[in-house]
Order: sequence, then C-alpha cells, then structure tokens
Amino acid sequence: MSELTRERGLRLLREMLRIRRFEERCAELYQAEKIRGFLHLYIGEEAIAAGVMPELGPDDAVVATYREHGHALARGVAMNAVMAEMYGKWEGASRGRGGSMHIFDAATRFYGGNAIVGGGLPLAVGLALADALQQRPRVTACFFGDGAVAEGEFHESLNLAALWKLPVLFLCENNLYAMGTALERAQSQVDLVAKAASYALPAARVDGMDVVDVGDATRSAVAAIRRGEGPRFVELATYRFRAHSMFDAELYRTKAEVATWRARDPIALLRQRLDLGEAATAALDAEVVGEVDAAVAFAEAGSWEPVERLTTDVYARRPP
Amino acid sequence: MKTTYRECVRQALREALLRDPRVFLMGEDVGRYGGCYACSKGLLDELGPERVRDTPLSESAFVGAGIGAALGGMRPIVEIMTCNFSLLALDQILNNAATLRHMSGGQFEVPVVIRMATGAGRQLAAQHSHSLEGWYAHIPGLRVVAPGTLEDARGMLPTALADPDPVLIFENALLYNLAGELSEGAGAVDIDHACVRRPGRDVSLVTYGGSLPKTLAAAELLAAEGISAEVLDLRVLRPLDGAAILATVDKTKRLVVVDEGWRSVSLAAEIVARVAEEGFFSLDAPPVRVCSEEVPIPYPKHLEDAALPQVPKIVRAARQVLHG
Ligand SMILES: Cc1ncc(C[n+]2csc(CCOP(=O)(O)OP(=O)(O)O)c2C)c(N)n1
Ligand SMILES: [Mg+2]
Repeated sequence: MSELTRERGLRLLREMLRIRRFEERCAELYQAEKIRGFLHLYIGEEAIAAGVMPELGPDDAVVATYREHGHALARGVAMNAVMAEMYGKWEGASRGRGGSMHIFDAATRFYGGNAIVGGGLPLAVGLALADALQQRPRVTACFFGDGAVAEGEFHESLNLAALWKLPVLFLCENNLYAMGTALERAQSQVDLVAKAASYALPAARVDGMDVVDVGDATRSAVAAIRRGEGPRFVELATYRFRAHSMFDAELYRTKAEVATWRARDPIALLRQRLDLGEAATAALDAEVVGEVDAAVAFAEAGSWEPVERLTTDVYARRPP
Repeated sequence: MKTTYRECVRQALREALLRDPRVFLMGEDVGRYGGCYACSKGLLDELGPERVRDTPLSESAFVGAGIGAALGGMRPIVEIMTCNFSLLALDQILNNAATLRHMSGGQFEVPVVIRMATGAGRQLAAQHSHSLEGWYAHIPGLRVVAPGTLEDARGMLPTALADPDPVLIFENALLYNLAGELSEGAGAVDIDHACVRRPGRDVSLVTYGGSLPKTLAAAELLAAEGISAEVLDLRVLRPLDGAAILATVDKTKRLVVVDEGWRSVSLAAEIVARVAEEGFFSLDAPPVRVCSEEVPIPYPKHLEDAALPQVPKIVRAARQVLHG
C-alpha cells in the first residue's frame, strides 16, 4: 500500500464529500419534485468513483450506469452541469434530455449514464477496440453492478475483451444486491473474481469502502492495461446505504445489515485516518456545501429547452 | 367492488397459480420484492419459491427457459419488468416462441404467457419509456394483447394461459393505479375481439392500452362540443380485429388512430392501411394518426408531454377529420 500523503488524502476526501453532499441535496430536491423520474443514489459507494478517477488520464474513457452521479462528478463533469441535468434544464450535461440516469460529457470522455443493466459493457469493449486499432495508449474504465454479472452481455464482453486483449478496465461495484435480489439468490458462483478469471484475464477483489485501496488497485491495473497486457477485472466490495431508487420499501434486507455497513462509511474511515482537526474539517465541509448551493442556484436559473426543438438531436441532419 | 388495475393483475396471477399446478410465475424481483410494480405482492409467501421464482438479471435465459418449460408441458407466466428490457430476450421471443410450432410442422407448441410493462409518461427518459407492443404485433406466431381496463387486466390472463400459443400481455405502467368498479364475478374475457368502449356517430377513435383513458377523456370533451365520438379499444393487437375496425369506420365514416408507439411504420400505420385497403369507400375524410413524435422520449416533462399523444391532440385530430 502506498503511503497516504495529506494532500492525496484531502483530495480523495473532498471528492467523496462532493458526491455525498450533492446526492443528499438531490434526495431533498426529489421530495420537492424538482428532480423527477428515477433517482438512484450512490451514497455509501463514493470511495469507488473517487478512488478510480484520479488514476485515469484525460484521454481515457469512462462508461457508467444509471447510478452515475458520483462517477460524473469525480471524472470532472462540472457539478453545475450535472445538477442542471437532474432538473432537465437546457444547461444540463446532456442538455436536459437524459436526466439523472443519462449524464454524458464528451469533454471528459464520459460515455454515460446507461440504464439498461449490462448495456455499457459492449460499448466499453468497442471504445477500447477503437483505441487498439488506432494504437492509442488509452484505457476505457467500465463500471457496472453485481446484477450485471448475470447478463449475457457481461460474459460476452469479458470474453471478447480478453480474446482481443483490449484495454478495458472492468469495475464491478458489488453492493450485494440487484434491486431486491441478493447476490446469492442470483449467482450459482458468488465469487465474482473466479467467474471473471475464467475468461483468462487478471481479476482481483478490493475493499470498496477504502478509497486509498481502490486508488492503488486501479493504479496498478491501469498501468498493466496501458503496457498492452489486455483487460483487467476488479471487484469492489461495497454497499448502498440508501434504497435502490426512490420507490423501494427495502423489504429485502435488515436494518442491522445496513447498520453494519454504515459503520464502515468510506468518508468516516478516511476522516479518521487523516485526522484533519476541527478547523480543516469545517473549512472543507463549508467549501463543498458552497459548491452544491451554487449548483442548485445554477440549475434553478437554467432554462427549459423550447418545445419547438422537440425532435432535434435525433439525426445529425434534421429530417424534413 | 372497488379495485385497481394493479390489484386486478395480482388477483389474476394468484388465481392462475392456485387453479393450475402447471402454472408458475418467474421474473426479476417478482418474489421477495413483490414485483417492481407490486403486481405479485404477497404471492411468494402464499405459494412458495417453486411457483413464484425470482430470477437473476438474465432476460434472454429466463424468457427462453419459460419457452422451454412451456414446450415441456408447463404453463409459465414470465414477467419482464418492462418492455425496454424485453429487447435482451427478443431473440428468444421471435426466433423460438413465435416459430417453433411452424418450424416443427405443428408438432410442438409454446403455451407461454409473457407479461411486461410498457409506455412512457413518468419522466424516465429514453431507455425506460418505449412502447414496443407494435413491434411484437408484427410477428406471426404471437398473440399480443393490451389490457386497457380493469376487466381486461383481470380477465385476459386466464384466457392467455388457456391459449396453446405464446401470448404477450402489455400493461401500460400508467394504468396500474387506475381505480374503478369491478363486478364480483369478473373473470376470463375473450382475447379475440376489439370492443366499443363508447358508442358514437361522427368519428371513430381507435386506440388501446394506455391511450384508452386519454381517448375516452377526449371523447367526453368532444361531446361537449356536440361531436359524437365512438371509441374502439383494440384490446388485441395481433391478430387485429379487422372487422371491428371496418365496422366502426363504416358507421362514422371518419377515423382517428391513437397509439403511443412512434408514428412511422407503426401499428397505427397498419390500421390506416387496412381501412384504406378494405374500407376506402366508407371514408368521408382522410384518416389522422395521433402517435408519439419521432424522437427518443426526452426526460423533461414539457418535452415528454409534447412527445406523447395527449387529450388536446386527440380532440384536435377529431375536429380535423370532421371539419378539415
Ligand atoms: C436489462 C435490464 N433489466 C432490468 C432492469 C431493471 N433494473 C434496474 S437497476 C436493476 C438492478 C441492478 O443491480 P446492479 O447491477 O447490482 O446495480 P446496482 O443498482 O446495485 O448499482 C434492475 C433489475 C434494467 N434496468 N435493465
Ligand atoms: Mg448491485
């Protein structure tokens, strides 16, 4: 394990806090009916996005799921643009067309925001294929949940990437549930590392609540992929603290189980380790809340795309 | 008795499971979670995990397994959370369920029932807002039904289960909360015929599923303007009840089709084509279609509303076929 400098620790903590406070505000805005549709919170899992993203370069690509606010923020998509997207405003990252589940950003090579479970994996393989064919030393980081492992697209994609030695980093966020279905009720083999390894690519499991471990594991995987060694699979053991979406009575898990995991809150763990002191902690919190406030103000001030533009962005050339 | 569409679906499932040991329900989160639209709430506790089977996120595998189990003598009810995810199982539905009877020269049959939610209107954005029933209605070998009323939500399932061929049931997600009266003895209904939900003289509004309540509301507004609209609920999208469509057009001489599917190359297009082919001389005016705009469904409410058929659009379309 690499030594944790105060500077790196602070950077990781700030990133996790940005995601946490952003999403807490989103939950409130959902109650206030400013945000509509489905809203899937990442709270509890922040160490993954915050740990992975600093290890990617600006030319690398990211493919994520419908639980992707954290990934977008950590990747560097402006919080203003993400919040405006949550509102459906024209100033949003996807011009409002996508909403919570479909954040896209070409500038940071952030390829969404996919709401079909498993749907992002083949895309990631293709992005990596394009890089391989053009001899670009880029990596595509592909996030997906434990539920996606049951889809054919997971198996087909891992096989193809390994077969063709493509530069994909497969990042499985194993939060133990796919909606209400626990992993052991969905998988005959619950050892996801063993499953991935059967496609002959190096696979490892990491504590997804430890942002430093996540970062270190990502760093070595990315280095190997960039050296041309082909794809890697990393399972990140994590837990979502909130419901699957805003319509979930959580009948499938016990309060005690949730409490056990909350005791390993990735933000609290890092705070403990850094021992920042009260003044520095308060300053950081204030800074992050300020950014969230500003993002809400930005979204509130945003505009609604005129209805006359309804059928734009369906084709490059607007059909007659 | 007062009830809801959701409860009708649940009662139909429960009754089917209790009545026939060959019937089982399978799909994502149908058991412990109670169904993503709560249509199977309580059924796991009552009937156990053999009969109410949670599946992994493996649409192709569990839909295919339902088809296989039907071949093997069972009467599976397969639930796909929404039609958006049915695309992962499209190969099984199209290349196996719909073809096995024919390819085997009639030796085998696939009495499977596949239920799925469909439709937009809840700001869920493009990937969660498709209306794909028209696509499935394109496929010979399938029967495709779209319950738009409490009676049909309650009664189409048992008839579908009795059918020796694969039946797809499309439940528009906006209908689950529909509340109303259902008679105590409500039970199986036919899955062959369209049904006139409101008789009228001046114009025929042909629709189905989630667009039915909107179309009935439009007919009410039209009545206030002195326009008598007849509302035909297709109920069955394949095979289409062509006779009922021709009969209503023959009566009113004017046709508006309301369909949440996209307009081009659509179910609505098929209906207009049939009338053009077989009822051309009944028509006093060109037919009009009220469909979804040619755009993936956008997230913001004002754009989503603009993309979908709405009551004012239906009213305008009816005026247009009447007054030009
Ligand atoms: C193909 C497909 N099937 C079903 C769904 C409905 N659905 C949305 S999220 C989800 C659970 C996915 O679980 P997992 O992959 O573990 O990700 P998590 O939500 O836990 O982050 C389901 C079943 C979907 N979006 N896509
Ligand atoms: Mg999960």
